[in-house]
Amino acid sequence: MREELIVSGRMNPMIDPQLHIWEWHIPAYLFLGGLAAGIMFFAGYFTIKGKEEQYPTATKLAPIFVPVLLVLGLLFLFLDLKHKLYFWRLYTAIKLESPMSWGAWTLMLVTPLSMVWAALNIKTLFPKWDWKFKVIDDALDIIKTYKTPMAWAMVILAVILGIYTGILLSAFNARPLWNTSILGPLFLTSGLSTGAAAVIVLSKSKKERHVFAKIDLLLIAIELFLIVHMFMGFRASTQVQIDAAAMFLGGQFTAPFWVLVVGFGLMIPATLEILELRNKKIPYMVAPVLVLVGGFAFRFIIAYAGQMSRWLY
Amino acid sequence: MRYAMAVDTKKCVGCSDCVVACQTENDVPIGYCRDWVVEVTDGTYPQLELEYRSERCNHCDNSPCVRCCPTGASHYGDGGIVKVEKHKCIGCGACVASCPYDARYGHPEGYVDKCTFCDHRVKQGQDPACVAVCPTKCMYFGDLDDPNSDVSQVVKKRKYKTLIPEAGTKPQLYFLI
Repeated sequence: MREELIVSGRMNPMIDPQLHIWEWHIPAYLFLGGLAAGIMFFAGYFTIKGKEEQYPTATKLAPIFVPVLLVLGLLFLFLDLKHKLYFWRLYTAIKLESPMSWGAWTLMLVTPLSMVWAALNIKTLFPKWDWKFKVIDDALDIIKTYKTPMAWAMVILAVILGIYTGILLSAFNARPLWNTSILGPLFLTSGLSTGAAAVIVLSKSKKERHVFAKIDLLLIAIELFLIVHMFMGFRASTQVQIDAAAMFLGGQFTAPFWVLVVGFGLMIPATLEILELRNKKIPYMVAPVLVLVGGFAFRFIIAYAGQMSRWLY
Repeated sequence: MRYAMAVDTKKCVGCSDCVVACQTENDVPIGYCRDWVVEVTDGTYPQLELEYRSERCNHCDNSPCVRCCPTGASHYGDGGIVKVEKHKCIGCGACVASCPYDARYGHPEGYVDKCTFCDHRVKQGQDPACVAVCPTKCMYFGDLDDPNSDVSQVVKKRKYKTLIPEAGTKPQLYFLI
């Protein structure tokens, strides 16, 4: 037997009795950021492919919500900071080795871009919208001619936005549960999946819903594949990662993760979507709402469980 | 110049004077500590082993905390001492998450704080408070690049270990075993 204790006593904030640096703000932002990335990716992709008329929700309506999601997410990130008055320091340095720095600057680019895209398409949601200043109408007319480069920027920045949060967590090799290179792609896939689900929820076109159901089905399959391999990776790794995975394979997170995230968030929506594509009568809202709830639960569980995994004592 | 510290686990009695000295010297808020003493009991009676370690920030050569800081608040000072510039710290907690040794904590004023190897004393040629106060004189501090310094000599003569070397952080706190 081996026992290690901090015999001088230590109860420091943020690290004792276990790491607790991040509360609900961070999983909430991870979800909103992933959702925004997913919506922006499809908006940009289908615009480049010239399918704006066939998929109006994906390319015009859903992106209107992205600035709201991003601003809300940024607000939550700001609220999480413990030294709030200095938040602007994020923008006085570009640290290429810090994923958090990449995120801060990516959001700095993505947020205005998403606002411009939403402004271009605002009449889809509010048909009687009037900018009231002719200069705005003129500016938007000019910007509209750059739609394709903007769509390319949206696609690229959406991928960075969707993947960097996973890379950020996976770079903390001190937290064994997060320290897997699968986490970045898994977060990106989950973000794209929630984006596709949001399009299905908002869409009034049966054809668009079917196409996005197929896309979502593919993304769910990829997510399941990544999740299984992530746990196989942990089981084949060092003792700290075996211990971290044990929280999900018999430990306290077993039921919440496999039932809520994998069962309700992935497998049930996938089954419903397969049945729907075989023309069985299923109310179309159920699957995407489950995907969205599952996506949120996934980020919550990973954020909290990761803080419980450790190397020491 | 590469500052490092060595702690002789065979002489440490776990008195925790180093903890109190640090709190006094660095105005550490009540209830917080920048260093701590770990007691390890290993084996089955009667084959038992006891080890005491006075731990703190390891001022790693390849520190993940400096690498992940988005504002540059966590940086390398003179001699490789890892420091936090509190006016650049936003309190995001990334460095706290990245440290495998749990060496950092959140200061009540909002920024992240930790052991600084008492660099204000080191600049004046003194030892850190913990090293200076140790009653068994089991702690050594100095410049590893200077072959005549205490720490260079002791690391050459004795067997030592570092904590979690497999994390790749290249810690500069050596435990003499």
